[in-house]
Amino acid sequence: MTKRNFKPQDFTTEAPKHAYLKDLGSLDDLDRKRLLQIGVDINTQDRIGTFLQIDHSVVHSGSQQKGLEVMGTAKALEKYDWLQNYLWRAVPRDLDEYTKYVAAHVQQGYFIRVMPGVKATYPLQACLYLDKDGLAQCIHNIVIVEEGAELNIINGCATSHKVHTGMHLGISEFYVKKNAKLTFTMIHNWAEEMQVRPRSATVVEEGGVFLSNFVCMHQVDMLQMFPVITLNGNGAVARSHSVLVAPPNTHMDTGTRVFLRAPQAKAEIISRAVTTGGEVISRGHLIGTEAQVKAHLECHGLLLSPRGLIHAVPELEAHVAGAEMSHEAAVGKIAPEEIEYLMARGLDEETATSTIVRGFLNVRIEGLPQELQQEIDKAIEASQESFM
Amino acid sequence: MLKVDGLTVAVGGKIILRDINFEINAGETHILFGPNGSGKSTLLGTLMGFERFEIVDGHIYFQGEEITHLPVHERAQRGIGLMFQRPPTIKGLPMHHMIKICARGRKVSEDLTKKLKFDKFMDRDVNYGFSGGEMKRSEILQLLAQDPDLILLDEPESGVDIENIALIGDSINMLLERNVSPEDVKPMYRQRRERKKAGLIITHTGHILNYVHADFGHVIFEGRMSCHGNPRELFDCIQRMGYGECVRCAI
Ligand SMILES: Nc1ncnc2c1ncn2[C@@H]1O[C@H](COP(=O)(O)OP(=O)(O)O)[C@@H](O)[C@H]1O
Ligand SMILES: [Mg+2]
Repeated sequence: MTKRNFKPQDFTTEAPKHAYLKDLGSLDDLDRKRLLQIGVDINTQDRIGTFLQIDHSVVHSGSQQKGLEVMGTAKALEKYDWLQNYLWRAVPRDLDEYTKYVAAHVQQGYFIRVMPGVKATYPLQACLYLDKDGLAQCIHNIVIVEEGAELNIINGCATSHKVHTGMHLGISEFYVKKNAKLTFTMIHNWAEEMQVRPRSATVVEEGGVFLSNFVCMHQVDMLQMFPVITLNGNGAVARSHSVLVAPPNTHMDTGTRVFLRAPQAKAEIISRAVTTGGEVISRGHLIGTEAQVKAHLECHGLLLSPRGLIHAVPELEAHVAGAEMSHEAAVGKIAPEEIEYLMARGLDEETATSTIVRGFLNVRIEGLPQELQQEIDKAIEASQESFM
Repeated sequence: MLKVDGLTVAVGGKIILRDINFEINAGETHILFGPNGSGKSTLLGTLMGFERFEIVDGHIYFQGEEITHLPVHERAQRGIGLMFQRPPTIKGLPMHHMIKICARGRKVSEDLTKKLKFDKFMDRDVNYGFSGGEMKRSEILQLLAQDPDLILLDEPESGVDIENIALIGDSINMLLERNVSPEDVKPMYRQRRERKKAGLIITHTGHILNYVHADFGHVIFEGRMSCHGNPRELFDCIQRMGYGECVRCAI
């Protein structure tokens, strides 16, 4: 499958302004449904905070917890001079043509900050929504989890039913301070002709923990990203899980890169990819530059159709003796013995197959609070319903 | 309940079983002996309907209906259950979900799980990292949930340590309604007579005979059912003479 490599300039920057919504209940049914599929609940009571951006407009933002701040990035930059120090620090502005484009244009996106020691264990929801067909949406997100604080974000990105094509350019810079913990779950659901180019980077300090989940189970023309996590402090931990399903005409090139730059840093990258006809390039890159770091990479792919491609690219780099790094990759079709096993328990072939696929995509993140896991499961299930 | 008539089976074009004939009535348990590679697992797999076993000739009847070419799940739904010798791992599918699949809407009592010492495994993925004995217990629990009328057991004692073999034997008797109990309201002879469950058990070591009192035995040798009789007697003979004795019959 050869795909055209679109540029941001192929899309418009003009989008209508959307009015601020006090209550997300005023969104129409189609939009609500769409949001629910990416884990965003219009009933904001069950979330400790909500951020919703449509095209270039922040239409809702608010926090229900003391010590937790949620607002548009532009507003935050006006409010806090010091925020400039966080801007383009984790992601270099001249990284590639996409970052340069975002740097040169109006930047919206979310700013989320938890004050030191504040444990915001219930999820906060953030949603970046595209409603204008053909738009290049530029986003710049900044998340700061201060010392000893904790935060769980469910981040949904989607297009409305009006959109066929467009480009999502999302810069995200996450800062996890000393002994802080950030869990970030990102669910994507795009229009079929969308170009998606997120560029994100996370810096984790001493004793900090960053757990990341990424789920994309729908057709998208081209999704390309390679988020970077830098473990800068003693004992910093990163776990990254991704669950990808590529329907026909989809090209996904994703992965995670982790720099282990401090003693006792630990990283784990797990990815599950399924193709029903599309292409997945599943990357993982671990770079250990300190002794006593530990890292593991696991990349499993399942081909459910005779066409399609899963290309696993696991890379390990140990720059010092004593860095302990390993990887495991396996790509193939469902073992017929597994299908027969479930059939012998009474399931027909189709149900047996979908049960195995669900299991394959069912990755549990170690260290997630149960309520959050349930929320994530709900979102994944809603997302799955439409492809199985 | 089960009737096998002139069954000849090939795997990958090679004939493995030749002209197999036998019958199992409701309430009976039969034992299948035979050296490694003689075709025992092939027979059970063919009865279950697995695709790699090509039926070259013959017929299989279950409860009076011909099932020779029925797909696996329809056989399971009609009441045939198989304990796998080497069941696959199903990643991401927890045991409790698997048990629900087996039970098809019926409720499975927690006592059963406890009895099989399996309550701690219910959140684990199916067969993931299970030891030999745990694997067998998992299989039996699944079958108890499935509640089939004809139970096919492929070497239920293999890989089970001494402490657990009695538990396995006990649970198999439960599956086969052979745990006849004097405490039951029915007299023991009636419990035996009203028993409906039938079983076909492959054993290589014969250990299972110490727990399950089977009614008939068969020996498969080089793909043929060469010998039938009392299971204990057959086993004693095999222990004394080895399967070499079978050669004399096979010629
Ligand atoms: N996939 C296969 N292709 C060809 N021959 C096979 C295959 N699987 C098993 N066999 C052969 O079938 C014969 C019977 O095997 P099996 O039924 O497993 O024996 P048993 O259970 O009695 O030990 C053996 O000779 C074995 O080598
Ligand atoms: Mg065998």
